[in-house]
Amino acid sequence: MNAPASGLSLEQAPPISVPFRFFLSAPLFLLLAALLVLVSGPQALASRWTPALLALTHLITLGFLSMTMIGALMQQLPVVAGAPMRRQQVVAWMVHIPLLAGTLMLVSGLFYSQTALLRLAIFPLGFAFSTFLVAAAGSLSASQVHHATTRAMRFAGTALALAAGLGITLAGTLGGYFNLPLNELIGLHVGWGLLGWVGLLVMGVAYQVVPMFQLTPAYPARLTRWLGGSVFLLLCGWSLAPQLPLPLATWGTSLTAAGLAIGFALFAGTTLYLHKKRRRKLVDVTLRFWRTGMLSLLAAIALWTTAHLTSAIADDPRYPIALGILFMFGFAISVVIGMLYKIVPFLVWLHLQSRLPRDKPAPNMKQIIPDHGSRRHWWMHMATLLLLLGSMAWPQLVYPAGLSLGLASCMLWLNLLAATRLYRQLAR
Amino acid sequence: METISVYLSSDHRCCDDYFATAEDHAAKRNWAAATASFEQFRSTMSHHFEMEEHVLFPAFEQETGITQGPTQVMRMEHEQMRELFARMAAAVTAQDADEYAGLSETLLILLQQHNLKEENVLYPMSEQAFGSRGEAVLQQMKEMSTVA
Repeated sequence: MNAPASGLSLEQAPPISVPFRFFLSAPLFLLLAALLVLVSGPQALASRWTPALLALTHLITLGFLSMTMIGALMQQLPVVAGAPMRRQQVVAWMVHIPLLAGTLMLVSGLFYSQTALLRLAIFPLGFAFSTFLVAAAGSLSASQVHHATTRAMRFAGTALALAAGLGITLAGTLGGYFNLPLNELIGLHVGWGLLGWVGLLVMGVAYQVVPMFQLTPAYPARLTRWLGGSVFLLLCGWSLAPQLPLPLATWGTSLTAAGLAIGFALFAGTTLYLHKKRRRKLVDVTLRFWRTGMLSLLAAIALWTTAHLTSAIADDPRYPIALGILFMFGFAISVVIGMLYKIVPFLVWLHLQSRLPRDKPAPNMKQIIPDHGSRRHWWMHMATLLLLLGSMAWPQLVYPAGLSLGLASCMLWLNLLAATRLYRQLAR
Repeated sequence: METISVYLSSDHRCCDDYFATAEDHAAKRNWAAATASFEQFRSTMSHHFEMEEHVLFPAFEQETGITQGPTQVMRMEHEQMRELFARMAAAVTAQDADEYAGLSETLLILLQQHNLKEENVLYPMSEQAFGSRGEAVLQQMKEMSTVA
């Protein structure tokens, strides 16, 4: 009885500083990404193997996506799984600082091709992810709640462990520690990181928050029951298929990859359908970001499918970059920003109203982050997405794209900072 | 068979419908309709809270002996929501669409995460604790509905 009972107590929700340190750091990595695009120019997006592009990718996946996703999980695990995380403040310190430092080391190592930095980055990053994973596993194993979301979170956590482990092996290989086949490792690292850690976590979170924020019908149980597990198993199959004897290996890889594409297309399609069926009529900024995210995910899948049918596209060096823009920026970043615009003002309100005297009501969510601020950011975000995609055809567009990405990340950071300052002012 | 979980969860969905209608009318500054639908929302919510506070929670506390646990937190969140209802009522009277929209957004998340905790944890825990007595508890809540 103890675990679920304690999970319901607000006293065990972490202090606001636990998630906010992650949220406030993340936009700065997007800003760094923008500066990197502006400094490198069209060269940055010339191939997926340029040092600038490798650095850019990790600024996004580690600096922005993992940073916010870990911060949100530390806050949300108690609510969703009914089980608090032990020693959250200590864990927050032990994850945030090494993640921050490790990302900066890895990114500079990749950008300046400094293998010594890559070798060094392994330690803080390995420490950050293993600390987080141990803490999250402890919380989830104490949880007596078993539903599609906690299941997807377990799969996402396992995928993170694999992606991080593969990443560390890769950094070690580039740094000269080991001598392993790079290309195979990179494929696995990207698959587990993007489809596993990011994709499965978004899926699991969506099952709860899409109905909750927009008052849509629930995701159909026959979808949520098997989708997360299938994606996870398909990723396992896709990872192991190349070990089969030859014609089977090719078939296995294509079939599992097609299965993954279908799984994510079903998820995006269902989410858009549920949005259409929502009972809450107004179109808020989170809905805009999520629609952008789901349409980008569908576009990424369409591009991937076309490339598999047309070798001219598959062989074009711009193809993996366009795919990355659609998946990482269009899908993952959009969805995460949409979540931040709900979580951040709500947490400020929640913590304030328990601290303020009764006759002094806490400001409401739209006073904490006004609509016009977040909506302006969405427009800038859309401009960035279109300019980034446009730069695939007209390389000179990377300059306005970098500028727009810089402005968008400043807008996000200032919106979050204003909310934090309001909290500090009133909580005093 | 209808269970406590099914009955109270479907009542949550019903409250959500009234919430959405009121929010839509207020956003369109359709104040006569907003007033009516907000009142309907508030009274459905109050009735739901009363079923829990007068029947479900005491029965849970009696059965498990836990009085400072989940029911305490749920009662506190009910109070937080009642405060927001009062401010929303004032916003409807003052015909202040911005204030209503901000309060409504805040209430939505508070309410939904509250419902999530009840539906995921408290209701299943109660059913488990009540065993065969569950039906009587459910009946008692339903009787409150007919009286109301």
